[in-house]
Amino acid sequence: MAEVVLRDFGWRHAGRRSWAVRGVDLRIRHGERVLLLGPSGAGKSTLLAALAGLLPEDSGESEGTAEIDGLDPRKSREGVGLLFQDPQTQLVMARSGDDVAFGLENRGVPAGEIWPRVSDALDRVGFPYPITRRTGALSGGEQQRLALAGVLALRPGLLLLDEPTANLDPAGGDLVREAITRARDRDTTLILVEHRVEQALPLVDRVVVLAPGGGVAADGAPELVFAGHGPALANQGVWVPGFPLPRHRAVAPPADSLVRAEAVAVHRRLPRVSIDAHAGEALAVTGPNGAGKSTLALVLGGLLAPSSGRLTAFGDTRPPHRWRAAKLTQRIGSVFQNPEHQFVTSRVADELALGPRRLGRPAAEVRATVEDLLGRLRLTALADANPYTLSGGEARRLSVATALATAPRLLVLDEPTFGQDRGTWIDLVALLARLRDEGHGIVAVTHDDAFVASLADRVHDLPGSRRQ
Amino acid sequence: MTLALEPVADPTAPLARRNPVAKLGAALLFALPLIATLDPLTPALALAVELAVLPFFGVHYRVLARRAWPLALAAGGILVTMVLFAADRTGPLLVSLGPFAVTTGVVADALGLVLRVFAVALPGIIVFATTDPTDLADALVQNAKAPARFAIGALAAFRLIPMLTEEWQMLALARRARGIDAGRNPLAKLRLFASTAFALLVGALRRGGRLATAMDARGFDSGVPRTYARRQRFGPADTALLVAAALLAGAALTTSILTGFFHPILG
Repeated sequence: MAEVVLRDFGWRHAGRRSWAVRGVDLRIRHGERVLLLGPSGAGKSTLLAALAGLLPEDSGESEGTAEIDGLDPRKSREGVGLLFQDPQTQLVMARSGDDVAFGLENRGVPAGEIWPRVSDALDRVGFPYPITRRTGALSGGEQQRLALAGVLALRPGLLLLDEPTANLDPAGGDLVREAITRARDRDTTLILVEHRVEQALPLVDRVVVLAPGGGVAADGAPELVFAGHGPALANQGVWVPGFPLPRHRAVAPPADSLVRAEAVAVHRRLPRVSIDAHAGEALAVTGPNGAGKSTLALVLGGLLAPSSGRLTAFGDTRPPHRWRAAKLTQRIGSVFQNPEHQFVTSRVADELALGPRRLGRPAAEVRATVEDLLGRLRLTALADANPYTLSGGEARRLSVATALATAPRLLVLDEPTFGQDRGTWIDLVALLARLRDEGHGIVAVTHDDAFVASLADRVHDLPGSRRQ
Repeated sequence: MTLALEPVADPTAPLARRNPVAKLGAALLFALPLIATLDPLTPALALAVELAVLPFFGVHYRVLARRAWPLALAAGGILVTMVLFAADRTGPLLVSLGPFAVTTGVVADALGLVLRVFAVALPGIIVFATTDPTDLADALVQNAKAPARFAIGALAAFRLIPMLTEEWQMLALARRARGIDAGRNPLAKLRLFASTAFALLVGALRRGGRLATAMDARGFDSGVPRTYARRQRFGPADTALLVAAALLAGAALTTSILTGFFHPILG
C-alpha cells in the first residue's frame, strides 16, 4: 500500500540550467494505476527516479515536496520498486533464481523465506523456466520479465515502470505487458511511463500528462483525458490511440537496381537470401527475431562480408564490403539501431561535418552541408551539444543526418523508428519518403507495422527458422 | 587465456565440491612457493602432483589441454628466447645453430622456466575450471569476509564482459559506415584502434553506471546486513585441502633442497 503526494514538486540536476521537472501537484491514492505521459523532456523519468529515492540530495536542487505515505522517498525506498528500460543492465546474477533472490538478500530477508518468495515472484510474472536457467540465455522480453520478478519479490507498495518495453521487439513487449497484467493487484500502486499509449491503456485506470514547461497538463480517467486533450497530446508527440498516421506512396516506379544480393548467407547469422534494392523505392525487411535482419542490413550496407553468395552494387566490379570507407559513404549510408554506436565526435555539428571532410570536400561546402542538415532535421539549436547528451529522438535524427551528409544514393536503416515518440516518427517517415521520391533507395529493417504501412513500397519477409 | 565463464568440469568430483575459497587458497599455497626456486626439479614434482590430483577435481585431461594451450605458446616463446639470449652456455654442446650454441645448461634453464610456467599456472586453471563465479563470490563474502559491495559488484560486472565483444564489432562497423578506415597505414590503424577502444570504454562505463543504479534500486546500498540465499560452507575437508596443498608444496621444495637441485631466485 502506498499513497504518493507531490506538492509543487520540482528537480534540477546539478550543473543544469533548466529544471528536469517542475510544478507538479499530484495525489495518487493506494492501489491506483497511473499512466504518466508527456513529451520527451517533460521529466517523466526524473519524477520516477525521485519517487524511487534515487536522487541524492547533493545531486541537484529540489523544490516543493514529494512524499510516499508521508515520508521522503529517500526514506521509504524499501516500499518502492523500479523497473528500468534496459534488461541487460538490470540483471545482476548468472542464474535466474539467484537474480530474483538478489534484492531479497540486500534487504536482509531471512534465508528460509528467500526461495519461497523467489518462486512466488516468478509465478506472478509467468516465468516459464526453472530457477537455474542462465539469464544470458533469455530473450530480451524474458529478461525483462525476470527483472520484473526481481522487483516484485520485494513486495513494493509502489511499483514504478520506466518504459519497460521500449527496448523490446513487439513479441517481447507483449510478454512484459502480459507479466504486468498478471502481477497487478489492488494493494500495489502503479506508475507506468510508456510512449505506446494504446498497449499501455489496459494496464491503467488513470492518465496523468506532464506539460513540457512544467506542471500537470491533464489528469483523469483515460477516456476523459483523451477526449479533452487527444489532439494536443498527439501534437506533442504522444502516441494517442485513434489518430491516423500519414501514408507516403511513391510518386514514380522504382528505377535501376543499386545493390543486388544473390543467395548471400552469413555463417550462423543469416540463412541464404536473395534481395534487390532499387533507386526510388522503399523496401522493408521484416521477420521475427533471430531471422538475421540486422545481419542482412550490415551486408547490404557493405559493412559485413557474406560468407557465401554474390553481392554486386553500383556497377562496381568489387563487392561493397571491399570498398574503402570513404567511397562506401558516397554510395551507401547505414543507420544503426543504436545511434550512439555511430557517434565519434563530441559535437553535433562535428558529427555532420565528419563524412564530407573525410571526402576532402572544401570547407565552405562542408559548412553548407552541415547547416542544411541541421535545419532539415531540426537540430540547429543543438549544433554545439554533445551527441551523447541528446534525447532518444534527437539522437535518432542525428544518426540519420550523419548518413545523409555524404549524399549516398542508398540508405540502409536498422529499426529506425524504434522507441520514438510520435513527433519524431512522423518527421522521420516523411524525410525518408522525400528521399525516396528524390530517387534515393531506402532499405529499412523493421518490426514496426505502422512504418511498413506508411512508407514501404515492397516488403521482404525473412523466414523465422530458429537456428542454433 | 580463455575466459572461463562457466565451469567445464564434473561438479560432483570430490575436490571440485570443495569450498571455492578453499580451492583458491590451496592453489595459492601450492603455487606461490614454486616461485622461490629456479631449478627444474621442483616445478616438475609440482606438475606431477597437479596432474595426479586432476581426476579428483573432475577435470578431464582433454579439457585441460584445451584450456591450457596458451601456456604452450608461452613455453615455445621461452624456448626460443633462451636459445637466443641465454647467458649461461655451460655444459656439453648439444646442437650448434649458427652463432647460437645450445648446451645442456641452456636446455636445463629453458626446461626449468617452461615447467615453472606450467606448474604455477595450472592450479589457477583448475580452480576456475571447477568453480562457478557465483559460488566464488558467495564464498568470498561468506567465508573470506570480503565486502559484498566488492565481490557481488565484480560478479555483476563480470556478466557484462561477453557483451563487450559484440559491442566492439558494432563500434568497428559503425566507424566504417561513418567513412573512417585505416587502409594500409599502420599509424592510422593504431589511431582507429585507440578511438574504438575509447568508445568501448565510455560505453562500458555508461552501462556500468546503469547497472549500479539498478542494483541500488533493489537495495544493494540499503545498509541492512545482507542475508545469503545460497549458503557456502567451509568445513574440515576444506581445511584439509589447504593443509594438504601447503604440505605438498613444502615436500616438493624439501626434495629439491635435499637433492641439491634447489636454486633460490634471490642470491
